[in-house]
Amino acid sequence: MKAHLITPAVGLLMVLPSHAATIAMEDQSQLVPHSVKSSASVFQPPAEKDLPDNAYGKLVRQGYALFVDTKRLAPKFVGNGLNCSNCHLNQGRLANSAPLWAAYPMYPAYRKKNDKVNTYAERLQGCFQFSMNGGTPPAADSPEITALSVYSYWLASKAPLGVELPGRGYPEVAQPAEGYSLARGAQVYGEQCAVCHGPQGQGQKVGDDYAMPPLWGKDSYNWGAGMHRINTAASFIKHNMPLGKGGSLSDQQAWDVAAYVNSHERPQDPRLVDGSVEKTRLKFHANDGVNLYGQTVEGVLIGQGIR
Amino acid sequence: MKALQRVLMSSALLLLVDNAQALDGKKIFMEGGAQPGAMPCVACHGADGSGMAAAGFPRLAGLPAPYVRKQLEDFKSGSRSSPVMRPLAIALTQAEVDALSQAIAAMPAPAPAALHRSEMPTTAAQQLAWQGAWERQIPACVSCHGPAGSGIGDAFPPLAGQPAAYLAAQLSAWQNGTRRNDANDLMGHIAKSLTAEEVQGVAQYFASLNVEAKP
Repeated sequence: MKAHLITPAVGLLMVLPSHAATIAMEDQSQLVPHSVKSSASVFQPPAEKDLPDNAYGKLVRQGYALFVDTKRLAPKFVGNGLNCSNCHLNQGRLANSAPLWAAYPMYPAYRKKNDKVNTYAERLQGCFQFSMNGGTPPAADSPEITALSVYSYWLASKAPLGVELPGRGYPEVAQPAEGYSLARGAQVYGEQCAVCHGPQGQGQKVGDDYAMPPLWGKDSYNWGAGMHRINTAASFIKHNMPLGKGGSLSDQQAWDVAAYVNSHERPQDPRLVDGSVEKTRLKFHANDGVNLYGQTVEGVLIGQGIR
Repeated sequence: MKALQRVLMSSALLLLVDNAQALDGKKIFMEGGAQPGAMPCVACHGADGSGMAAAGFPRLAGLPAPYVRKQLEDFKSGSRSSPVMRPLAIALTQAEVDALSQAIAAMPAPAPAALHRSEMPTTAAQQLAWQGAWERQIPACVSCHGPAGSGIGDAFPPLAGQPAAYLAAQLSAWQNGTRRNDANDLMGHIAKSLTAEEVQGVAQYFASLNVEAKP
């Protein structure tokens, strides 16, 4: 009798691992977002002039400052030359540019990237680790993560919880039928991007600080950042670049130039497995959208990293 | 030994050439070019190249040489239309344009006090300058002209401390198409989205930024 009672429990324990694998969830942070065409339907975050003059308002302002001036104000956690606002335009307010008001209400969410349910704080830590190439990210209860969370929460005031708002993320631009071309991308880059980002993708500085962000090289996002995916960069570019002229490039141009940018070396993926680009590719990049990490282009292995 | 001599000689020569060009350029600035009609710059832009705010004549001192060269070429071609500058630009030879551009770039430039993006705007003009007006696809002025309006690289000129009348006149010129010499219409399409009030507002904002002459 006792044995009978125990058997099902043991059986359950034994099947757990494989069972867990079969209920693999959709990556909630990567659901295909809807783009926003008319500004009428866009969520309206609150205005800065309406910020209360109290402790909460003060923290929102701190979050704003960190968001637009990240490198200067949080140098310990930013290993490159970027600010949050480089990829989240208009201080994190712009639809189709991964606005914070659409991100905040979607967390906690399961992410394939680290195979667990992430809180918003953990999501921010991911930005620091990969997009900002910042090494060990600020703690979940650090002043940085707190201020950025409060700023995001404030921008999302009156947004519905757990509802995908139009304009969330970088709405997907499907890969053109004929794929992409690095050569054509180089041409688009020279004609449309180099005036700001520099002919070598190096960005441009005013004094010690980057005013126009570097797109590759040691001061750009690392090989673990979402932006290293050609599909993600193509979507960002299509909707938002050149600055103020979003939507002016064709889908083909966006893909070509995204591939060109992401064919250049950048800091190594901090998740590097056993020092091996190939092992890292298999574990983290093989099923991560369209990317060139660990592939050989014109005889050169991409993803060796740059210091 | 021979190689060393050659290096020394060529560097001496380079110095001479450099010097000659700088002298030339400054002379053209002060006295005009060799051909008739190439009037001296000093008349309107001042001996130190700091311009004349009341008349709306811009500061030239410290502008990047490629920017100055391009403007002179564009005055000539008409992509930047100016009844005053066009005949002057046409009267300058290519060598004079090159020398003048170098000389202007070398003139001591004022530096605006540092400003950071972390500042939150309190006026409408600051908001436009620092954040833009994205519902009309207008990026912040400072995205391309620098957080303090000090200019970025060779393509994006300084705005800080330029005369308000000059800045407003340029925005109007972009609006009505008499100035269209920017890369990919980056400035043109923004200017065309600005209201008359906004043009005045940002022009006055950037003109009001204190600039201090570099020692």
